[in-house]
Amino acid sequence: MTAEEYDRILQRLGREPSYTELGLFSALWSEHCAYKHSKVFLKRLPQTGPHVLQGPGENAGALDIGDGWAVVFKIESHNHPSFIEPFQGAATGVGGILRDIFTMGARPIAILDSLRFGDPNDPKTRHLIHGVVSGISWYGNCFGCPTVGGEIAFAPEYAGNPLVNVMCVGLVRADRIFRARAEGVGNPVFYVGNKTGRDGIHGATMASATFDEGAEAKRPTVQVGDPFTEKLLLEACLEAMATGAVVGIQDMGAAGLACCTSEMPARSGTGMTVELASVPQREEGMSAYELLLSESQERMLIVAERGREEELRRVFAKWELDAVQIGEVTAGPDLTVRHRGDEVARVPVDALAEAPKYEKPYAAPAWLKELRAFDPLALPAPADYDEALRALMGAPALASKEWAYRQYDQQVGVNTLVLPGSDATVLRVKGTRRAIAVSTDGNGRHVFLDPRRGAAMAVCEAARNVSCAGGRPLGVTDCLNFGSPERPEILWQLAEAVEGLAEACRALELPVVGGNVSLYNETSGLAILPTPVVGVVGLLEDASQLATQWFKAAGHRIALLGPDAVSLGGSEYLWTRHGKQGGALAPLDLELERRVQAAVRAAIGEGLVTAAHDCAEGGIAVALAEACVTGKTAIGCEAALPAGMRADLTLFGEGPSRVVVSVEGGRAREFEALMAESAIPWQWIGATGGARLRLRVGGEMVVDVSVDHLEHAWRNGFERHMA
Amino acid sequence: MKVRVLVRLKPGILDVQGAAVQRALGGLGFGDVRELRVGKLIEVEVDAPTAERARARVDEMCRRLLANTILEDYTIETDSAEHLAPPGAVR
Repeated sequence: MTAEEYDRILQRLGREPSYTELGLFSALWSEHCAYKHSKVFLKRLPQTGPHVLQGPGENAGALDIGDGWAVVFKIESHNHPSFIEPFQGAATGVGGILRDIFTMGARPIAILDSLRFGDPNDPKTRHLIHGVVSGISWYGNCFGCPTVGGEIAFAPEYAGNPLVNVMCVGLVRADRIFRARAEGVGNPVFYVGNKTGRDGIHGATMASATFDEGAEAKRPTVQVGDPFTEKLLLEACLEAMATGAVVGIQDMGAAGLACCTSEMPARSGTGMTVELASVPQREEGMSAYELLLSESQERMLIVAERGREEELRRVFAKWELDAVQIGEVTAGPDLTVRHRGDEVARVPVDALAEAPKYEKPYAAPAWLKELRAFDPLALPAPADYDEALRALMGAPALASKEWAYRQYDQQVGVNTLVLPGSDATVLRVKGTRRAIAVSTDGNGRHVFLDPRRGAAMAVCEAARNVSCAGGRPLGVTDCLNFGSPERPEILWQLAEAVEGLAEACRALELPVVGGNVSLYNETSGLAILPTPVVGVVGLLEDASQLATQWFKAAGHRIALLGPDAVSLGGSEYLWTRHGKQGGALAPLDLELERRVQAAVRAAIGEGLVTAAHDCAEGGIAVALAEACVTGKTAIGCEAALPAGMRADLTLFGEGPSRVVVSVEGGRAREFEALMAESAIPWQWIGATGGARLRLRVGGEMVVDVSVDHLEHAWRNGFERHMA
Repeated sequence: MKVRVLVRLKPGILDVQGAAVQRALGGLGFGDVRELRVGKLIEVEVDAPTAERARARVDEMCRRLLANTILEDYTIETDSAEHLAPPGAVR
């Protein structure tokens, strides 16, 4: 906390804050809770739309998907805890986002993980990957929610600061959404779930505490997750909500009890009074400060209807969980905290909820111009394109991530229609014909070179992936991972990236209904690549009209939809082959993007395509190779790509709005008619069949490689580092 | 040289396994268990000229692999190893 912020507290309270009160302010005014540096930008994101049932500001966002159902979803980071203790850090990241979903009354149906690490050749990075992946699988598998997607990418900038972003999707009846409100003066406030220990209390503030009975015992401890208790908490909360006795509910996440007891009344214009001695405790001698700020897992705060306390207690007792009344809702304006009868804090809830907002100076970094001016075509073209493609397919970033996702239960709940490994995962909505398609994306290298366009491209790619599965994108959740906002160039990256997200979301009519900002992601002055991770949820009206990315049979024609414009700037090829990170990104036409996605969905909806795959990292050569090798049986293909550019740019250049589809020969006319209606650039480029991938550029055969060799490279490229 | 390592969760760290065992004991009528925490015992036999040397080697093993020092404490026993129950002993 700065001196300026302390003065502000003095002003608000008209006196010196007590030690406990200062703890409340420092936690609730932290960047993590208050978005001090980012709020000014975030309000530029579109947050409304016809489907929006709940926008940002609650535990998670919610969208109407018809038939009386709503989808609830959010993405959140757990980067720093995962660096300190990868297994528990990632596990509690999963636990936290699950609670955000089920506090809304929704049953979680899917988890996706967007992970970024340093070079997997580095043993320290491998240790982190092992820990994070097993932490995710442990928590998700034990809890019983399938982990169905996400991405794993690598860059040296993440070595000292890996990213662990977890997205969760849940389903709830649209008229049964619960919110984190503390309404009804006199209503009882219940603490439910696990007991409170000294988990995750901020080390820096602890250092200023006085140590009496042994410093060791008071040391803050790493949060440990308990997925079995979380499962009980889920069932108990949903059952309690069904009784009608629950008025409001919030997850005790960051800043624990302090956060819930101030945010809930602040949203409702009420106050709250609590007695900390009533809080179920795991350890002896915990102070008021510790009880308020503990980040022990698997806990919730519930405001119940007065007179129905017994019903609530009965439900939680059935699930063997604590449910203890610790206070009640007051008329406000204060949060009053007592500890064994003594008042330890009395603060207006508004003062806690209204953290200072900063508009710090920002400026584009001077080095960016030179970096962008770099011309990848000044580098020599490869002599052997077969080898270049094989190397790219085997690069850890592009290679199969099966090593990770086979550790995850992908099907518990039996809703998963398309498993991990395609552009988007598809989950059915039980009891209806509908399904949901989900994808996460975010290319830090693109955003580093051009924050605005790179971030817009992340939205487009996540939405394009959903469209390639047959889903109509409905909404977005975003996790903004950046370095220190106190450096003008980092704040500029953030400002530009949010602007890019906003532009793309407006163009594609995608409201941003929730998310998370994670700043200060740097180690010894080296910031991560600016990484906005975008999660898109889409709807399939008919679950049977879905598409996957791999070729299904020989003899299907292949079409490329979208523009020809691509660039090697910021491409995976440039990095993998030349170790370079520079150049300009391909142009992005958001209106064209929208039309291409609509055309793909229309073709899938008409049953005209047998596969649809987004051209992303690695360009069209990798997209075609993936369509060949990622299915159950590998199928070759032959394609002729447009001339006019150097072959490496044509093959491996990356650009937005491009999709490869396969069409049965007998339906080619129908497909052509549909494309003509769609008013998008497109072309037939080849056909499936054989055991080789053969690519011509301008009439010359530049790639002619066995798909088995490509598959081998792709299957082992990442796994060989991990196994 | 026989060495025994006792790895335990640090005080205050939530012991999910211990809590489950305690709950199960309660279900069997052992409601008198006030606290229960589960750790692990690792037996190592190292080639080392002295107990100090063996201890130093095992200490390094603990820091690098056997214990997760973020969450766990460990103790190393060398001198008394032979006084402890041997494998297969039943009391």
